Amino acid sequence: MAGGPQGSGVDSAANIFGRACCYGGLHVYGKREYHSNIKGLHSYFHIRVSPQEVRADVDRVDMLCTFDAESVVRHIWEVPSGGGVICDTDALAAKISGIQTLTPAFRAVFNESLKQRGIAPETVGDLLDQVKKNGVRVYAVPYMQLLQDMAKQIGEDKLSKLTRMVNVLALGVSFGLVDFDRRFVEKSIRAVFGDRPKIIDMNLIALGVAYDYAKNKFGDFGFKLEPVETGEKRIFLQGTQAVALGKLAGGLRVQTYYPITPAADESEYIEENEILQSTSGQGGGSVVVMQTEDEIAAINMASGAALTGVRAATGTSGPGFSLMAEGLGWAGNNEVPVVVTYYQRGAPSTGLPTRHGQGDLRFAMHASHGEFPRIILSSGDIEECFYDAVRAFNYAERYQTPVIHLIDKGLANSNKSYKMFDLSLIKIERGQVLSEQDVKGNEFKRFEFTESGISPRVALGTPGVFFWNTGDEHDSVGNINEESVNRTRMYEKRMKKLELADKEIPVEERVNFFGDSDATAAVVSWGSPKGAIMEAMDRLRQEGFKMSFIQVRMPLPLPREYLAEKLGRAQKKIVVESNYNGQLAGVIREETGVVIDYFVLKWNGRPMSSDEVYEALKLIMQEKAPKRQVLNNGI
Amino acid sequence: MAFKMIDYRSAYFADWCPGCGDFGIMTAIQMAFADLQLQPHKTVIFSGIGCSGKTPHMIKVNGIHTLHGRVLPFAIGAKLANPELEVMAVGGDGDGLGIGAGHFVNSGRRNIDMTYLIHDNGVYGLTKGQASPTLELGLRVKAMPKPNLNSGINPIAIALACGYTFIARSYAYDVKHLSETIKKAIQHHGLALVIIQQPCPTYNDINTKEWYGGEDRIDPKTGKPVPRLYKLEETGYDGIVRKPEEAFEKYIAALTKAHEWGDRIPMGVFYQNELVPTYDERISMRIPTYLENPPAKQAISDSSGKPTTSIEKMLEELKVTG
Repeated sequence: MAGGPQGSGVDSAANIFGRACCYGGLHVYGKREYHSNIKGLHSYFHIRVSPQEVRADVDRVDMLCTFDAESVVRHIWEVPSGGGVICDTDALAAKISGIQTLTPAFRAVFNESLKQRGIAPETVGDLLDQVKKNGVRVYAVPYMQLLQDMAKQIGEDKLSKLTRMVNVLALGVSFGLVDFDRRFVEKSIRAVFGDRPKIIDMNLIALGVAYDYAKNKFGDFGFKLEPVETGEKRIFLQGTQAVALGKLAGGLRVQTYYPITPAADESEYIEENEILQSTSGQGGGSVVVMQTEDEIAAINMASGAALTGVRAATGTSGPGFSLMAEGLGWAGNNEVPVVVTYYQRGAPSTGLPTRHGQGDLRFAMHASHGEFPRIILSSGDIEECFYDAVRAFNYAERYQTPVIHLIDKGLANSNKSYKMFDLSLIKIERGQVLSEQDVKGNEFKRFEFTESGISPRVALGTPGVFFWNTGDEHDSVGNINEESVNRTRMYEKRMKKLELADKEIPVEERVNFFGDSDATAAVVSWGSPKGAIMEAMDRLRQEGFKMSFIQVRMPLPLPREYLAEKLGRAQKKIVVESNYNGQLAGVIREETGVVIDYFVLKWNGRPMSSDEVYEALKLIMQEKAPKRQVLNNGI
Repeated sequence: MAFKMIDYRSAYFADWCPGCGDFGIMTAIQMAFADLQLQPHKTVIFSGIGCSGKTPHMIKVNGIHTLHGRVLPFAIGAKLANPELEVMAVGGDGDGLGIGAGHFVNSGRRNIDMTYLIHDNGVYGLTKGQASPTLELGLRVKAMPKPNLNSGINPIAIALACGYTFIARSYAYDVKHLSETIKKAIQHHGLALVIIQQPCPTYNDINTKEWYGGEDRIDPKTGKPVPRLYKLEETGYDGIVRKPEEAFEKYIAALTKAHEWGDRIPMGVFYQNELVPTYDERISMRIPTYLENPPAKQAISDSSGKPTTSIEKMLEELKVTG
């Protein structure tokens, strides 16, 4: 884990660390936590590295690599015996009571933890002396002295210019301790800093100074991080990037957004890559990314663009989606294929703007007044974010209706190594779009009554044809029509598309099933808890418990029969969700009549760790669990 | 085949009140379209909500009747995706300057090449006569229970401050002037705003046709009313910026004219500056193929559904092994 004040390079250190491990053939999973703050408050990146695939965060920190005193205090109890803490020599003398950014709430919990242990350290050094007794190894590094050595090497006399390199020093020390091949780290630094040669050089020097210092001064950590040979082609990316890649692979041409955490990264990444290469070497294309004045403009601008036949989308999180509600209804009423990528975060209101949450399922299902068809996709991991982003457009265009792609902060800001995405799986399905040749005359019926409810559409600008739209109830031509007979028919025509989607979309695209098919205990969940559940279940199954896991990837239309059948058979029906009410459990009960027996819930703003999910599920399997367990791990 | 005005007239019944200014505006739009020979399939009228919002249904071009206050974002979205479209937005003063004020302001920053007509009658008609953002302080039109506690805002001054590059005023009952003004607005290269003074015969019993026409003030010499509205072009006023260095001077002149109201209300083009780059030109600086191959013209997949563009370069940057 890398921890430090915001603005001190926690992110880039973690990114360099993760990539370097990936270069060594290892699998990596990284979780990022940060405050709603620009500079100064505590942030950290927890990275797991393994020769096998890693899917979720864990509670244990084997190596705590800190840039400041606060990070030591915040995370010290997560380091087990045999683990290590890297810290600044200057931080040792820091009085714990003098660390201003430790909140009273944290202090209360921390002081209680000290009391339980019967210790009363005054300084960070005292605290570390205590944990040393429990077998934690402490590596105090004189960051300032190393910076001075660096300054000499590069002939820079202003030390202040180098202080931002502390992150790479700490990184270098940690790699030195585990004796990881530094060529991978150097390669990673070059990749992360790309086209900034001066910064690359400085970072390489910092790495070298710290790496050598660690090896000479501390020797062996007791664990060597060995690279692994792999023939697999892999990528390392975060959730927002996967969504952006999926959208671009799926033919996105207009993206609108208003800046909001954690959604904005996606749009910025798309904008960086606005010019698209052609697959055939000829032509190519481009995406227009528009930063709008608010989310109301964002959704409506995307709808306006979608009317011209392009694939258009917006990305937002809870507060922004609240503003989009009316626009969503307009798109539903006018059968506009618009895609909203919805990054859930800690809610309600401003909530925990940079933290995790899954409290918005009901809102996504019901936002906007009245009834209209919508399709909701929920991705469970970063790879699914990619493929689902493509499918979102296909569904939107096939059923001519808004599609909401639910992501959560736990996916948006996590990094993971994956096997290279398979572009041959990408198939673009545009639904019924009429061309110039298909349309005759001017009396085009945009909302023609059809058996399926789908009326073939044309793009604005198609020669020989024009059409009307209105948010009012309308006739088949698109003109305002308040007649009762028309109202009944037109309303039903729209709603029928949802029934069609329910009928047509195969169940394999709507749920994932894992585990034992004859298990009597079934876990059901959606979104980022997937990784933690998968790991927890692997451990429990190794211990002899038979379990299955049903991951809902399409909460709307919910695959009712499938869930009723699978869950109906299970004796222990368990839901795992990052919210208070167990929203998916409620939806399942509403749609299938199946009553969930056990709730494993969490709303403290931190994604689920596989450890806490394991413990909660184990209690259930051992018949020791209450009906409702509330998880609270994570800092 | 040449388009005649009647070719733009739809069969949809116009349910505005008898004498409503919207009839004049509708006619002026149809006249302007015919004069410019706009092709219905390439032309889109977006509208907001209110009496003005119904305008697209009366006109035989693409018509997208959107949400209250949101006409500009919809219109901008379409124009961004397909810059070949001739895009017009219409809405009321409440729609554009009240609920949609944020879009009114921010659209000025972009100078998208389209036309925006604001029907300004000082009231919310369709909800039965409440004060709109342009109604002056202390006025009490017919259906209001009490006089207005809010001051009226000056849409022309705001538009200038926001960066609109064509700003004009016309009058719903002077269809010829209005149609000519709309034509200029459409032909303007950039974002064009036309504020249309429009009596609401049902709810605004102050700014009436008679009031605009000055029937309360008879010239003793001629015995005729002295109209409040006058035409800027007849006074030698010229708001067109032809050189960058005269932009500020013309801006100030327009701002001064924008504050004329009451006894003398100027009509015509207050300000026009085609030297400001349009949004499509700005995009083209970053995406050189944008205008020749805009988003809406790009085939995103082949007949088998394979994408025509590739993300392999991006994946390559993320690649860590193999």
